[in-house]
Amino acid sequence: MSDFKSNNAIIQWIEYRLPIFSFIDHSVGSKYPAPRNLSYWWNFGSLAGLALVIMIATGIVLAMQYTPHVTMAFDSVERIMRDVNYGWMLRYIHMNGASFFFIVVYIHLFRGLYYGSYKAPRELLWMIGVVILLAMMATAFMGYVLPWGQMSFWAAKVITNLFSAIPLVGETIVTWLWGGFTVGNPTLNRFYALHYLLPFVIVGLVIIHIWALHRFGSNNPLGIDVKGPQDTIPFHPYYTVKDLYGMGVYLIAFAAVVFFAPNSLGEPINYVEANPLVTPAHIVPEWYFLPYYAILRSITFDIWFIPAKLIGVIMMFGSILILLVLPWLDRSPVRSARFRPLYRQFFWILVVDCIVLGWVGANPPEPPYIYIGQVATAYYFAHFIIILPLLSVLERPRPLPASISEPVLKGGGAALGATANPMEKA
Amino acid sequence: MAESANPAPSRDGETRRDFLILAAGGLGAIGTAVAVWPLIDSMNPSADVLALASTEVDLTPVEEGMAITVMWRGNPVFIRHRTPADIEAARAVPLEELPDPEPDEARAKKPEWLIMIGVCTHLGCVPKGQKPGDPKGDYNGWFCPCHGSHYDTAGRIRKGPAPKNLVIPPYEYLTETLVRIG
Repeated sequence: MSDFKSNNAIIQWIEYRLPIFSFIDHSVGSKYPAPRNLSYWWNFGSLAGLALVIMIATGIVLAMQYTPHVTMAFDSVERIMRDVNYGWMLRYIHMNGASFFFIVVYIHLFRGLYYGSYKAPRELLWMIGVVILLAMMATAFMGYVLPWGQMSFWAAKVITNLFSAIPLVGETIVTWLWGGFTVGNPTLNRFYALHYLLPFVIVGLVIIHIWALHRFGSNNPLGIDVKGPQDTIPFHPYYTVKDLYGMGVYLIAFAAVVFFAPNSLGEPINYVEANPLVTPAHIVPEWYFLPYYAILRSITFDIWFIPAKLIGVIMMFGSILILLVLPWLDRSPVRSARFRPLYRQFFWILVVDCIVLGWVGANPPEPPYIYIGQVATAYYFAHFIIILPLLSVLERPRPLPASISEPVLKGGGAALGATANPMEKA
Repeated sequence: MAESANPAPSRDGETRRDFLILAAGGLGAIGTAVAVWPLIDSMNPSADVLALASTEVDLTPVEEGMAITVMWRGNPVFIRHRTPADIEAARAVPLEELPDPEPDEARAKKPEWLIMIGVCTHLGCVPKGQKPGDPKGDYNGWFCPCHGSHYDTAGRIRKGPAPKNLVIPPYEYLTETLVRIG
């Protein structure tokens, strides 16, 4: 790391003792080569990082005002909204920040699906990402319980009850999760502790995620490997400025919702304090959990000796866990859907399928939604277990370009092409 | 150098050092598990939570056909004063028609008083059917709005995703009209 240059004496003094500036330069600076053809879909990784920072910053100051007790939690949140300086703004940022975090991460995930970013040698990078998603879901769920509204309470009750489906030890596990015989004060306290802990676990996972990313660098829209320096540009200033631009656009959209429609993504009944004796007529999770909820409820029949409840729970968790083995289900050597005419169509069908599942999850579990949900659930798993392995064998991909720089530099004219060619051989 | 520090291998290249590493590692693993157990067990219900284990209810004001809901260990308990028609309907059902077969006689110590934990055995919602205006489901008992489970006049699951009948808590009659739950 001796290649780092600075004229600043203080930076030189620190760098000699702790080479942190060269470390940053190699991580997100001028010494980190990134493919020159990254599109705006590659902005969503850094946007997810920004979303996480916003959540932690607002979360820490909200924690200073919140009281984790069943008799005071709801009122303490209302006090934040009415009496604490900027409390309304901090809470609306934190509340909608969760939704925006999921929007960004879901786009990031589908970007990876479309361009085959999960394929060798980036399987572990992808799998760490799936673990981050699971940690995010746990954090979001526990955070949603803290305001102790009606939907908070009943979401906690229904979701913790999922574990009672586990054979033999299910009831014991649920009592242990609750610290009592129902969702109560011990439950609220531990959810608060874990809701504060898990974001920092996510920070650690993100660092590992980026570490694995830097091993082989970003995938790119063509899905082919970087062949040499002519295929890359330095991360700084090219992608730092592009990421900053993306953050500006993101913050405009975020601010629009926070200031003009802060409750549009939430459930009004969560502004009614939790009542353990009255279940709301229509229980729905936050929008980012709706597809999984639809999968959970689509299993209405026992299979052999396995009760429907257990199958539903297994399918719901399985819908995410199946992503862990995705690199081995999709055996096609071509990464980018640009060169996979059939996969590209099935990708968009999967996107529509997930939206349908979300719509079913928002509706009551009765005909016709229940049947639509069953078809959509079956298709979701068929996509990964049947369609992808078959496509790996049956599909004839289009020819891949020789390199990332070739289409760009050759298209620029004969003179450019002449200068580019010797470099490509390098 | 490592050779000289070790005694001669006994057989198959195994040494006393291998044994010591396994034994120390195994004991370390057991010790860690023992040390972790208090952390895990601390999350189980504490003594004060367990102490709130019983509640007494006076049944005198509950007329025939009426129902009341009381709290026991944080959960609602349904008490319904059943009419002769309710009891007859529950007893007329052949057991083989029930997903969780249980005769009506096993559901109540006194047939006119049905005492159950009002928590759906599917995912823990509180079923409707206690108040006069509530939907009572297809079997005139209780109906869970969350995922559509129907319970009959003995609180037995008849239709929907719930796997079990509504749970009967432990209770006993202290007098003719005073009952202790828990």
